[in-house]
Amino acid sequence: MSVARMISLTVNGETLEATVEPRKLLADVLREDFGLTGTHVGCEHGVCGACTVLIDDQPARACLTYAIQMEGHEITTIEAVGGTDLSPLQRALHEEHGLQCGFCTPGIIMTFEAFLRDTPDPSEDDVRDVLSGNLCRCTGYQNIVAAVLKAARTIREERP
Amino acid sequence: MKPASFDYHRPQTLDAALGLLARFGERAKPIAGGQSFGPMLNMRLARPEHLIDLNDLVELDFIRVSEAMLEVGAMTRHHRVATAPEAARSHPLLAAAAATIGHYAIRHRGTLGGSLAHADPAAQMPLVAVISGARLVLQGLSGRREIAASDFFKSVMTVDLAEGELVTSVLYPRLPINAGWAFELFSRRRGDFAVVAVAVLLTLDDAGRLEDLHVALGGVAPVPLRLDLSAVAPSGVIPDDTWIEAVSEFAAQSIAPEDTVQIPAVFRREVTASLTQKALATSLARSRKASA
Repeated sequence: MSVARMISLTVNGETLEATVEPRKLLADVLREDFGLTGTHVGCEHGVCGACTVLIDDQPARACLTYAIQMEGHEITTIEAVGGTDLSPLQRALHEEHGLQCGFCTPGIIMTFEAFLRDTPDPSEDDVRDVLSGNLCRCTGYQNIVAAVLKAARTIREERP
Repeated sequence: MKPASFDYHRPQTLDAALGLLARFGERAKPIAGGQSFGPMLNMRLARPEHLIDLNDLVELDFIRVSEAMLEVGAMTRHHRVATAPEAARSHPLLAAAAATIGHYAIRHRGTLGGSLAHADPAAQMPLVAVISGARLVLQGLSGRREIAASDFFKSVMTVDLAEGELVTSVLYPRLPINAGWAFELFSRRRGDFAVVAVAVLLTLDDAGRLEDLHVALGGVAPVPLRLDLSAVAPSGVIPDDTWIEAVSEFAAQSIAPEDTVQIPAVFRREVTASLTQKALATSLARSRKASA
């Protein structure tokens, strides 16, 4: 039998502690122990992408990661995106009507914040390939693709 | 959708990991990227008492190129294999296939060694290992051994890995500079496992005659299927459209796929023929371009 132990994680630059069983998903620790409910839980087996967060700046499923594995790594969640203002990607999703119910949106934002950082000038095909990892049942995806391409343009223009 | 309880171990060296695997035997399971094994744990299809996390074994995360070989460490993530210039130069087929695995976030976590040890019959990495004549390096407490990829895969999710052994790296012969290659995959949704995947490797001589041809199929049998093409593709032939069609038809007739409601056998054969046709044409074009 596994015993709950204290773990210490770096989330959005802060050190947070929780006492959890080793089997507890990162997504559940973020939501239940740390109160960071912006990370959504959909399918719990890696298909829907709703729980996508950044691990050491790279996108990853928080449902396929056990929180205990993340000691020594840096987690970034949707709560760290934007500030008083929306990020260019958040703004573009708003302007292009890239969300309706919003359930899938945090996962999409985390995926594309990382993707646009590494791929500042993506083709529409690139965007659609990456978006294949996030299920959205409202929008039909067209407006999300338009929003990501718009955000890419904005980020390129705003870059010094 | 929550895993059963397990004890968690996080070894810092390969030796420590092998020691833990030897100590707990069948009660332990290693986890690499966890993109296939994580779902199995969450759905309780696997219930190990001990989970051995390999993610701190940075010594197994590498890409090395020598004159004849490309060696990739087992803990190398698919995204790195797909995007590293040295992989694209020495084995473009491997890099191209890695870029089609799962989704962007999945490729950032999933590993080469994990994919090979998991051995899904429709997965990209087993298929590429088999068609490339790659050798897997395995390590246990009792020592190191190498095994040909074609001997490693035994059946659906069943490999020649002894208790306590781990895949530590894979040795791929580098593709010749004039090699033609292609990787084609059909799935109903981008990122799903392939209904059929086709890999082709070939070389032509200076006169454009076929020197060497390998075709392997994924998703159509319990393990990647390397076709014996001696009957339809003798070396010396000048490949044209009729030849492409004959080889593709031969590939489609070489398989005995499952007949299911979702994917009838006749459909899988048709997809096999059309993907093979496309892959052969692409490979020939690449080889001719490289020789020009």
